[in-house]
Amino acid sequence: MNKKSILNSKKIKQLLISAVFIMVAIFPAISFAQEKEHKAEEKFNPKDVILEHVGDSHSLPIFGSIVLPLPVILYTDKGLEVFSSANVREEEVGGKSEKKIYQGKYYTYTADHDKILVADAAGKIDKAASKKVWDFSITRNVASMWMGMIILIIVFIGMSSSYRKRQGKAPKGFQSLLEPVVMFVRDDVAIPNIGSKYARYIPLLLTMFFFILINNLLGLVPFFPGGFNLTGNIAVTLVLSVITLITVNVSGNKYYWKHIFAPDIPLWLYIIMVPVEIIGIISKPFALMIRLFANITAGHIIVLSLISLIFIFKSLWVSPASVVFVVFMDTIELLVAFLQAYIFTMLTALFIGMAVEEHHH
Amino acid sequence: MELVTPHIGLVFWTTISFLILLFILGKFAWKPILSAINERERFIEDALLKAEAAKEEMSRLTNENEALLKQARAERDVILHEAKKVKDQIISDAKEAAHTEGARMIEMARVEINNQKAIAMADVKNQVATLSLEIAEKVLKQQLADQQKQDELVSQLLREVKL
Repeated sequence: MNKKSILNSKKIKQLLISAVFIMVAIFPAISFAQEKEHKAEEKFNPKDVILEHVGDSHSLPIFGSIVLPLPVILYTDKGLEVFSSANVREEEVGGKSEKKIYQGKYYTYTADHDKILVADAAGKIDKAASKKVWDFSITRNVASMWMGMIILIIVFIGMSSSYRKRQGKAPKGFQSLLEPVVMFVRDDVAIPNIGSKYARYIPLLLTMFFFILINNLLGLVPFFPGGFNLTGNIAVTLVLSVITLITVNVSGNKYYWKHIFAPDIPLWLYIIMVPVEIIGIISKPFALMIRLFANITAGHIIVLSLISLIFIFKSLWVSPASVVFVVFMDTIELLVAFLQAYIFTMLTALFIGMAVEEHHH
Repeated sequence: MELVTPHIGLVFWTTISFLILLFILGKFAWKPILSAINERERFIEDALLKAEAAKEEMSRLTNENEALLKQARAERDVILHEAKKVKDQIISDAKEAAHTEGARMIEMARVEINNQKAIAMADVKNQVATLSLEIAEKVLKQQLADQQKQDELVSQLLREVKL
């Protein structure tokens, strides 16, 4: 038996796959355990841990307590300010978090709960000045978004080049894995909802679908390069839904606008109908925004709560139950990851379809 | 509340990143991928149509062949039938001819026999006449010798002569 046949044998593959799944399931527990070792006396507060995870941060956790500082970019009333987040990182000294103060070009900065704020030399926070500072930092979520984007670009440009190389042949490898998904977005999302004008919108729909999907999936991976709550961040879902809003209303034809401002109803109903329709323009993408945000954030919160049980009970014996439930939740979240990407794309396609539909009265 | 407040930095970077991603993937991934898929779909559809056409052509040819075969069979049958008829005709004609010929020959033979018989009769008659003359001569000779005896002889001879 040579090397190749050993690697190819089914048992080894199954073993590897199950090992990966077990790793995935117990990893959060391990890293949390490491993190919590040195402040065992301190009362564990699951709310802080969970909110810290589902929110954003100025540093990128790589493994355990190894953290990569990220650049802080501030737009102040005096100009741009760029420095490393390591300069203001709160540090744990003897169970107490100690603030660092950084003297920038224009102001002095400090961080409070991972929020960059303007302070005076003594570390006292200047709330009025802080409000004038706009934080455009490359945060943890931005970094994770870029990682997702790089994955998407590598995968899909590779896929398109394999179409060029294997012209007129059956798809192979990654190509045959992703082609049905691309075809699904085209044949089951775009064409039935938009109709004959689908070709203009298919790049947007595909990009949206895979952007949401890859970030949902990366969010499920409990260690680097995943484990961030990007698609569960309201800012991201806001941007995606605003893109939907703009696309829908820019492509809206005269029938769409007539339906909103001059529907075929008695005139006195206009007082009710027109405001309702105008609200409808906003509320449809708003629902998209909330749906994606709530679904993904809820999943992350549940998984983290289950892991937190171990620390709340301060017993390792809780971990089997936690792990079982986390595996169960991860399985559901895997479904949700696909489902939410599908729903977001499908509803975007539906709204576009409603806007470009030709009426024949 | 912190959770549902969109952060301006992330909004900014997400917008820029998403638009760049849309541009890059749209230009370098979706366009070639979808055009390749479309092309392949067209190719497959074309191939299927061609196969269908070939199948139709095939069945048309088969039908034609069958029709030709049928026609050929029918023609053969007609020819065979005609040949049989001709054969029967010939046979019956030949039979008729043979029959008439036979009858004619029998008739001729009968006539010939009759002729021969007549000839033979005439011959016999001649011979009888000759014989009679010879007898008469002998009788005459004997008569000249003995009258009585001549008479006896004549009567005896006459008795003996039987025709």
